[in-house]
Amino acid sequence: MISDKDVKYIAGLARIHLEDDQVTHLTKDLEGILHYIEKLNKLDVTQVDPTSHVLPLKNVYREDEVKPSLSQEEVLKFSVEQRDGSFKVPKVIE
Amino acid sequence: MKLNALTAHEILDLIKDKQTTPQAVLDEVQQHIKQSDKDVHAYVRLAKNSNISDVSVDQNAIPIPIGIKDNICIKGEETTCCSKLLTGFKPPYNATVIEKLKASGAMFVGHTNMDEFAFGSSTENSFYGVTHNPWNLECVPGGSSGGSAAAVAANEAIWAIGSDTGGSIRQPASFCGVVGLKPTYGRVSRYGLIAFASSLDQIGPLTKDVTDSALLLNILAGHDSKDSTSVDQPVPDYTKALTKDVKNLKIGVPKEYFVEGMDAEVKASVMQSIEVLKQCGAQFVDVSLPHTEYAVATYYIIATAEASSNLARFDSVQYGLRQNPAQKRKTTLVDMYEESRSVGFGEEAKRRIMLGTYSLSSGYYDAYYLKGLKVRTLIKNDFDKAFESVDAIITPTSPTTAFKIGARAKNPLDMYLSDIYTISANLSGIPGISIPCGFSKEGLPIGLQILAKPFDEEMLFRIAYTFEQNTEWHKKKVGF
Repeated sequence: MISDKDVKYIAGLARIHLEDDQVTHLTKDLEGILHYIEKLNKLDVTQVDPTSHVLPLKNVYREDEVKPSLSQEEVLKFSVEQRDGSFKVPKVIE
Repeated sequence: MKLNALTAHEILDLIKDKQTTPQAVLDEVQQHIKQSDKDVHAYVRLAKNSNISDVSVDQNAIPIPIGIKDNICIKGEETTCCSKLLTGFKPPYNATVIEKLKASGAMFVGHTNMDEFAFGSSTENSFYGVTHNPWNLECVPGGSSGGSAAAVAANEAIWAIGSDTGGSIRQPASFCGVVGLKPTYGRVSRYGLIAFASSLDQIGPLTKDVTDSALLLNILAGHDSKDSTSVDQPVPDYTKALTKDVKNLKIGVPKEYFVEGMDAEVKASVMQSIEVLKQCGAQFVDVSLPHTEYAVATYYIIATAEASSNLARFDSVQYGLRQNPAQKRKTTLVDMYEESRSVGFGEEAKRRIMLGTYSLSSGYYDAYYLKGLKVRTLIKNDFDKAFESVDAIITPTSPTTAFKIGARAKNPLDMYLSDIYTISANLSGIPGISIPCGFSKEGLPIGLQILAKPFDEEMLFRIAYTFEQNTEWHKKKVGF
């Protein structure tokens, strides 16, 4: 149902590095859980609307006003690396 | 009795009569923690400065020492979701519930232990190690708000705050013999609660009795412009719902809940509890929630999908742990993301992110995520229909009492199934409370769950209070 190859692909989408033994282990775990989830296939839901949220939510608008917010210094304080008032990250483009 | 073993309403009475002071209560709680938390490990960090409150203690203040789950942001106090990834993170702002507690005069004792990012039902998935159940140190306290429940049970806090995505307040309350309430979705602001599954998460109180639960919900509830899913609806005074009267109330018992897998002692206690409420004049009827058996599967699709999306923000750029791959000569941005998340997230977090990413990915979306949302509709409809004919529903909180540490750690599915009675309330958005209703032969607490219509927390308090005033379970104290 789910293969090591699928797990490696999903790990890439989720931006998680996995060692080979972790891939094997996760494949087994996910296979068990997906097998359990298959019980939903007993239900015919073609005529049912999906519920992504229980409240009858509408867009909540507000005036576009400038209000006090965190300073640049406060925001940068928790980053591991920073330079010239910006977050520093490894090279993005080869 | 020692001050730390009292309820908040008892303490407030003593303060009012000038028989004690807020500082004396806090001192006694902190003193007790020094002795007992070596065994219980309810806290992952104690507050350096307990006075989150700016207000001077006036007549209306409620100066109660409170433990806060480690996924609720307190300005300047390290808040980590018990994850290695967030080690050292000190939020630059307060969660709305913290602002409300500040305004009420509450005193912050510390951050309590939890399963990493609230992923678990036993508190075993914490980066900081497991919390022990105060009733039996070899057992888990439940989870994910296990530290909060254990702190209240062990008298290491008068009150505690937890969060409940699939039962994470109610199940540990049940395992630790305390009162735990999950409010209606939208009743309490989620601003500053580090999100697990945004359509399911709610913050709520863990307390020693029902009166305290109502007092604390009075502080927490209300609309917040910073959380657009919080509902703009008046907040009643919940203490007014504490009446000893369930006459002519119609309470449903769902037949689908009393099936295989429920511990015989749990079943017996719940049945006895129903008798108590019958004696008080409540009428009981059978109700059917036909899609109950699909709740766990539906939940693990929806909750993990939302979690994988919410946890995508942890990219190690703006805050949190950052790790570059050791063996590579070059490190790209993506290498850094992947390595940091690999090192920072624990095993269960990775499992859930992977499951959620899978069910949202191209080719599987319709078969898993969309299907989950559709079954969620069916589960919600079950409750809507049941509440057409009853005022409340009563069930066990968990099929078992607290299990031994390590007993369910091997198979993730075993752990997921311990939330079987609590999950549906989150999927449907309805409120639920767990109150103590008995003990097993081994001396472990058993919890009774009461469910009501959206925004009818008053019904929960009314039934729970009537039950409590007619039983002695909440008076049984742990030896801490």
